[in-house]
Amino acid sequence: MVDARGSFCPGPLMELISNMKMMQVGDVLELLSTDKGSAADVPEWVKKVGHEMVDTSQDAEGVWHIKVKKTK
Amino acid sequence: MRVLVVGGGMAGTIFANNLARRCSGELKSGKAKITMLSASERHMYQPGLLYVAMGRMTPDELYREQASLLEPGISFSVDPVDKFNLKDNNVVTKSGRTVGYDVIVIATGSRSMPELIPGLAENSINLYTEAAALDFYDKLDAFKGGRIVLTVGLPHKCPMIPLEMTFTIHDFLAERGLKDKTEIFYTYPIGRLHSLENVGKWAAGEFASMGIKSETLFNLKEVDGKNAKVLSEEGSTVSYDLLISTPPHKGMEVIEKNGLGQNGWIPTNRTSLHMEGDLGKNVIVLGDTTNIPISKAGSTAHFEAEAAAENVASLIKIGKATRSYDGKVFCFIEAGKDRATYAMFNYATPPQPRAPNKSMHAFKMAYNKLYWASARGIL
Repeated sequence: MVDARGSFCPGPLMELISNMKMMQVGDVLELLSTDKGSAADVPEWVKKVGHEMVDTSQDAEGVWHIKVKKTK
Repeated sequence: MRVLVVGGGMAGTIFANNLARRCSGELKSGKAKITMLSASERHMYQPGLLYVAMGRMTPDELYREQASLLEPGISFSVDPVDKFNLKDNNVVTKSGRTVGYDVIVIATGSRSMPELIPGLAENSINLYTEAAALDFYDKLDAFKGGRIVLTVGLPHKCPMIPLEMTFTIHDFLAERGLKDKTEIFYTYPIGRLHSLENVGKWAAGEFASMGIKSETLFNLKEVDGKNAKVLSEEGSTVSYDLLISTPPHKGMEVIEKNGLGQNGWIPTNRTSLHMEGDLGKNVIVLGDTTNIPISKAGSTAHFEAEAAAENVASLIKIGKATRSYDGKVFCFIEAGKDRATYAMFNYATPPQPRAPNKSMHAFKMAYNKLYWASARGIL
């Protein structure tokens, strides 16, 4: 899990990309983000690079939980 | 109380000096003791490497003797740590000494690793070490026109550097009369020009006025030096005549070797700055060494070190910590044409960068000298 709540720089997507490099193919990473932009820019990158979106949800406190599977 | 500081960079030095100033009486009476172990007898002002790479400073201007920066009462040795025995509250140094502590501060920093991307080390220049910055200037000085491509690996130290390099190279080319013979092409890992949304919007306007081209969602995969092309994870290819990189970084090898954190980043609580887990009660982590999702930058190290020093001082004096780190970061942004701006933010407040101006550039140039007062824990 990558807790990127309150991260403006480098920000949730950069944290996600950095952490994906440390994972194995098939692993699922959960990103926590308070940036509303993450719900759009994470899927955009995941689609472009060819990984797989698993789930996106927002909890009662407004935190986005975004799960991504590393596919290559 | 024995306080051991591992690392003599910005975070370790500001922490130790700030604590020593707060606890001068306790140091004299023997109630407190501060020991620093570092890998180097010299202290480098790393942000100055940008100016070395552009031929605006010489490397000797970046260094001071580490011992000369430290407050009286701090015991300093050039003897880096080899083993962290956190369960036993001691470390073993490279020379074989065992040093015990009551509180340990780990601030060993990070390192540029262009070798993590196939072809990057051999085919690009960067400015993250003295040797690299000098090589950068050599290549830039010899450049006669063509396509300059800037490319960015993750994670990296100093999130402002890709933009700062772009703007200062633009100036360099204009001064040499090479602007019309050169295309500057900037690539960036996410879907805008900078991680900070407002900075990205501002940079887009600057790029348009300077004629700088760009491609976003571009993550370095490999460099094909034979054909002078950079390939991205996203599937695109960009040709270059001169390739300038912000390489991916890792924490220090000793952190990984001791099992303290993957890739050398130690899991750290974002407000207390203590290492996560049961062993973290007397372990503070500062600067680039943490895995906190904020900028790996000298400014971050500075503000973390101040909060941590205040906490350890109050621990010594009243038996408990009193402060939380709020995620404060203040970064200058060199914007070219002798202008600069800045980004200031914390965990709760995004930055609102203002239009760059010459006064802020003058302040940055002054800070390049004032840094030594910061390192001493004065500023």
